[in-house]
Amino acid sequence: MSTTTVYVPRDSAALAAGADRVARELAAQAALRDLDVKIIRNGSRGVFWLEPMVEVVTTKGRVAYGPVAPEDVAGLLDAGVLTGAAHPLCHGLTEQMPYLARQERLTFARMGITDPLSLADYQAHEGFAGLKQALAMSGDEIIASVTQSGLRGRGGAAFPAGIKWKTVAGTAAAQKYIVCNADEGDSGTYSDRMTMEGDPFMLIEGMTIAAIATGATIGYVYVRSEYPHAVATLTQAVQLATDAGFLGPDILGSGKAFTLIVRKAAGSYVCGEETAMLESLEGKRGIVRAKPPLPAISGLFGQPTVINNVITFASVPIILARGAAFYAGYGMGRSKGTLPIQLAGNIKHGGLVEKAFGVTLRELLYDYGAGSASGRPIKAVQVGGPLGAYLPESQWDLPLDYEAYAAVGAVVGHGGIVVHDDTADLSQLARYAMEFCAIESCGKCTPCRIGSTRGVEVIDRIHGNPQTRPQQVKLLRDLCDTMLHGSLCAMGGMTPYPVLSALNHYPQDFGLATPHTEAA
Amino acid sequence: MQAVLRGILLQRANEPGALLPILHDVQDALGFIPSTLVPEIALAMNLSRAEVHGVVTYYHHFRDHAPGRHVVQICRAEACKSMGADALMAHAEQRLGCQQHATSADGAFTLEPVYCLGLCASSPAMMWGDELHARMTPQRFDALMAEAGSAA
Repeated sequence: MSTTTVYVPRDSAALAAGADRVARELAAQAALRDLDVKIIRNGSRGVFWLEPMVEVVTTKGRVAYGPVAPEDVAGLLDAGVLTGAAHPLCHGLTEQMPYLARQERLTFARMGITDPLSLADYQAHEGFAGLKQALAMSGDEIIASVTQSGLRGRGGAAFPAGIKWKTVAGTAAAQKYIVCNADEGDSGTYSDRMTMEGDPFMLIEGMTIAAIATGATIGYVYVRSEYPHAVATLTQAVQLATDAGFLGPDILGSGKAFTLIVRKAAGSYVCGEETAMLESLEGKRGIVRAKPPLPAISGLFGQPTVINNVITFASVPIILARGAAFYAGYGMGRSKGTLPIQLAGNIKHGGLVEKAFGVTLRELLYDYGAGSASGRPIKAVQVGGPLGAYLPESQWDLPLDYEAYAAVGAVVGHGGIVVHDDTADLSQLARYAMEFCAIESCGKCTPCRIGSTRGVEVIDRIHGNPQTRPQQVKLLRDLCDTMLHGSLCAMGGMTPYPVLSALNHYPQDFGLATPHTEAA
Repeated sequence: MQAVLRGILLQRANEPGALLPILHDVQDALGFIPSTLVPEIALAMNLSRAEVHGVVTYYHHFRDHAPGRHVVQICRAEACKSMGADALMAHAEQRLGCQQHATSADGAFTLEPVYCLGLCASSPAMMWGDELHARMTPQRFDALMAEAGSAA
């Protein structure tokens, strides 16, 4: 009897839905029935409403079943799913599921397909092709390729990656660093987590290419403590890559060295700001630094440092492997390539959708997301994390593009999309934005530290006496103006985005009768 | 306790910027970072006690007192809010008999807010000890409590 391979994801979202229990039950039931089953714990395809999504390898391809509960396992085996048999939980061939088939997965090409900790699997799916290219190129050529690809920082600031790398490469120093910002604290985002848990070698490869390009020999990945599985998987992957010579003193016999260290953060949101993160890596409180100097010139331990987000680094291997023109062929305007977009919150089909820039929110919300989870009308969509604006339906046809979003006072950010139905009170969400800023502010600058607390109070007063409401609304706008222009970093500087967008687009939630006609 | 700390300090001695890893190791080993250990950490790191105390108290993850037997973390961020996180938190406070940031009188539960577990497509989410739970409801919360009760 031949062995049947069955995939049961190990991604946190699958574990939270009971994937470990499903895997145990599958092993037990298979043993009971004397079935020869090999269980591989893969990453997630990002089809989260179907997690745990079990895939069976058949002669036709991988067949998906989900969401599978432990108590479903016996019935599934009875139905003959090991040969891809029909079952109410069956979704057919995974590759042909519309949600996945319509995506443009470049960065997430391997996600959910491979065993995250198998170097053989990684290499069988184009892994390390980019690194091998890079080793045959000069640093300048690598940087030119990254620049020509149009890749911009995926963490939110969208700064061209190649230009940052060039600055570091051009700054003379005895020691340079590559730092990966994996402090993915934005609500509604999980693409960094998926990468570290589901395809960690891709991140390692991207950082190694950055090191070769800029002459850095030490790298850090700063991962949130709220992501224990990401920390564990990435740490194992670094060890495996080091043992196999993809990291260490002599990368693939090239004589080039790169040591990678995984550092666990400690639950401070503002440490996702690059200079606060550097302070934290140096063992201090995560207090934001004034810029200049730029971290590219004086960063970690005062040395030139490349700081990029997980997805930025993860996008680099395919750019090197297939060329800058291939990557730049996706997207629109100055937003080149693809973005792993994360559908979250009150959405029926929440999950990871990688698409070229230019896709609209409406397509994402309805063609992919299938509307709200509650079945009620969607009222507001927050794009770009807790510091991103709330977008009303009138803006859902904008193309997802850094410049198009900026033009309406919104941000693409890290590509997180949080959906709220019509039961949401936007004034309470605005209050929460201020409250969150008060909790997470590092305290260095006054607009953020004090402004956020005053913001909560002013919003409460708006709900109080209707007589003074117009005056309090004016105060709130003044306060937001001060925070926008006077804060040291994006924490205080962008908290007004959700607040003002809520106020401008949903004035009725603040007890204001006439809709505000002012532009967002 | 001191012996645990010495082992950690010895192991981390040569790491640059090692304070956070050291504090993580201490908390992982002891469940919290006793303030009595701060002077020795400061001495070993060539820092002032105030600097070490500052780091311990700055980061939400670090605790300077022992938590309850079960640490329950409920996400309060937007994606979870859109799916009823506030009601889940209220339910947890009532069932556990303690507010956020507090430990129940019998020392069984510590309830903490958390700002995003990265399970935003399967919200509301929470962490019970080391275990993640998605798509939570008050009923499922009660089931977890019952399990914890029978295990205790």
